[in-house]
Amino acid sequence: MLLKIIFSGFGGQGVLMMGYVLAVAGMKEDKHVTFLPAYGAEVRGGTANCTVVVSDNEIASPIASSPEYVVAMNYPSMIKYLNMVKSGGTMFLNSDLISEKPAREDLKTVSVPANSLAHEMGNDRALNMIMLGAVNAVAGIVSEKALAEAVETVLEGKKKTLIDTNQQALVKGSKYMCSGCGS
Amino acid sequence: MAGKVLMRGTHVLGEAAIRAGCRAYFGYPITPQNELPEYMAAAFAKMEGAVFLQAESELASINMVMGASIAGARVMTSSSSPGISLKQEGISYLAAMELPAVIVNMMRGGPGLGNIAPSQGDYFQATKGGGHGDYRVIVLAPAYGQEIADMTRAAFDMADKYRTPVMILGDGMMGQMMEPVVFPEPLDPASFPKKDFVLDGCQGRPSRIVRSLWLDTNLEEELNWRLVRKYEIITEEIPDEEIYLADDAEVIVVAYGTAARIAKGGVHRAREAGQKIGLFRPKTLWPFPYEPLKRLSRKIRHMVVFEMSTGQMVEDVRLAVEGRCDVSFYGRPGGVVATPEEIARVLSGVYRRLDHGRGAAAESGHTFRSVGSA
Repeated sequence: MLLKIIFSGFGGQGVLMMGYVLAVAGMKEDKHVTFLPAYGAEVRGGTANCTVVVSDNEIASPIASSPEYVVAMNYPSMIKYLNMVKSGGTMFLNSDLISEKPAREDLKTVSVPANSLAHEMGNDRALNMIMLGAVNAVAGIVSEKALAEAVETVLEGKKKTLIDTNQQALVKGSKYMCSGCGS
Repeated sequence: MAGKVLMRGTHVLGEAAIRAGCRAYFGYPITPQNELPEYMAAAFAKMEGAVFLQAESELASINMVMGASIAGARVMTSSSSPGISLKQEGISYLAAMELPAVIVNMMRGGPGLGNIAPSQGDYFQATKGGGHGDYRVIVLAPAYGQEIADMTRAAFDMADKYRTPVMILGDGMMGQMMEPVVFPEPLDPASFPKKDFVLDGCQGRPSRIVRSLWLDTNLEEELNWRLVRKYEIITEEIPDEEIYLADDAEVIVVAYGTAARIAKGGVHRAREAGQKIGLFRPKTLWPFPYEPLKRLSRKIRHMVVFEMSTGQMVEDVRLAVEGRCDVSFYGRPGGVVATPEEIARVLSGVYRRLDHGRGAAAESGHTFRSVGSA
C-alpha cells in the first residue's frame, strides 16, 4: 500500500491537524508515514495545505504529484488540486463551502457538509475531524481505533473534553459516510 | 513500537542534540530552519545551565560557538545556505583551533538569496572547504527522520573525538517533513570526560592557549600537517554509505539526502519494469566513501548521479570511478524537487541505451538537463 493524501483549506480550518492526526495514526499501526506541511511563501494568502503519505514500505518522496486522495475544505483548494488527483482517485469536498462538482469524469467525489455537521455537534471547530472521520471511513487508510488514539497523542496535555469532542467528531464523520449520505 | 514519535526534522535535530549533551546554541533566524532554534529556545528555557542566544548576526553566532567550545560545551549553531556562507570565516577558525562544534545547514535554493525551497547547491561549500585555508569539515547527510536523530548524536561524538567542526547537511524538506523517530537515551554532560584544551582558569595547572594565529611559518606549516594527519584518520574511520540492490545492477544511481530517497523510489519503479538498477547513497559527504564506490564501479556499466543542483557531488563520483564505468548527471537545481517517476524515466532511458548496445562510450560524460518543469 502506498497512499498519498493532500489536505487543503483556509488557515484556521484545522487542515494541518487533519494530516497530523492521520500521520500519527499510521505511525501507531507501524506503517511508514511522512507529513509535509506547506511552509513559507507557499502559505501566504491564507491557504493551508499538507501532504501525508502512508505506506507499507519506505517512502521515497513526501511530496504528492498525483495523490490518490485530495481533501478540499474550500473552493480554491478544489480548483488548485483538481488536475493533480490521480485518475480513479477521490476528491473529498466540504460541500458547505463548495457547491460545484469537479469537472473531471475520471474521479470519484465525496461530499461532506463538514461545517453543518460540526454545527450540529455544537462545536463549529470540529469540522476537520468530521472530515477526517469521513475520509477514513471511505478510504480505510487506518483503523478507527488508531485515529482515536492519534487524537489523544496529538492533544496530549489538553483538556479531556477537547479530546472527547474531537474523537466524537471522527465518529460523526465516519457515521455520516456509513449512512450513505455521501457521494 | 514504544517511544516512536512523529516529529519534523528540525525538531528531531534539536531533541537529538539535547540528548547528545548539547547545552549551548547560538544562531540567527533564516527559513527553512527556524523551527530548530525555536525548539532549542523552548527546551533550554527549562534547563538549568543551558544557554540559548539569538545573536545579532550569523557572524556573531559562529563566534559565540567558538567561545562556548573553548569553554568545553557541546555547542551547536544552525542556519540555511546564505547564513552558512556568513559563518564560513568562523568555521575556518574553528578548524584551525581544532575546536569541536556542530553546524547545521538546511540548504535552500541559491545562489544569492535564492528561495526557501529544498536544494543541494552547497555541496562544494560544505565538502571542499567553505572558508579560507587548508581544512576540512566532517559532513553528514541524513535522508530520513531517524537518520537525523542518529547522525546528530554521531556529529557531537565525532566533533569531540576529532576536535573538529562537523556539519549536518540537510535541506528544507528534511527540516520540514515529519517522520516517525525513536530517540537514543539522553547523555548527561556531567559524565563527559574533561577536555584537555578547555580554558577554564589555570589555577593549579600550566596555562593554555587556543589560537589560530601562527606568524612563524614553520609552526603554521606544522599545524597544517597535523590537521592533514587528523583528516587521514577521519578518512579511514568514518566514511559511510548505503548500497542498495547493487548485487546484480548494471546501472547505479548515486544520490544523497532528499535526492537519494527520491532516487530510491525511482530504482523501485525501474526494478518493477525488470531493469537491473541499484542505488549508492553516501551518508558521509566528507570524507566521501570513495573506496566502496570504486569497488562498485568495477562491476557496473553506468552511474547516474542525481543531485538537486547543477552537478557538484558528480565530481567526487568521477574521482572514485576513474573512468572504470560511464558517469552521467541529472540535476534539478533551484529548489525543484524531482519525483520518483521522473528519476525512473531517466534511469530507464540510460538502461535501455545499454541494452541496445550503442556503446557506452558514446554516453560518457553526457549531462541530462531538464527543460522547464517536469
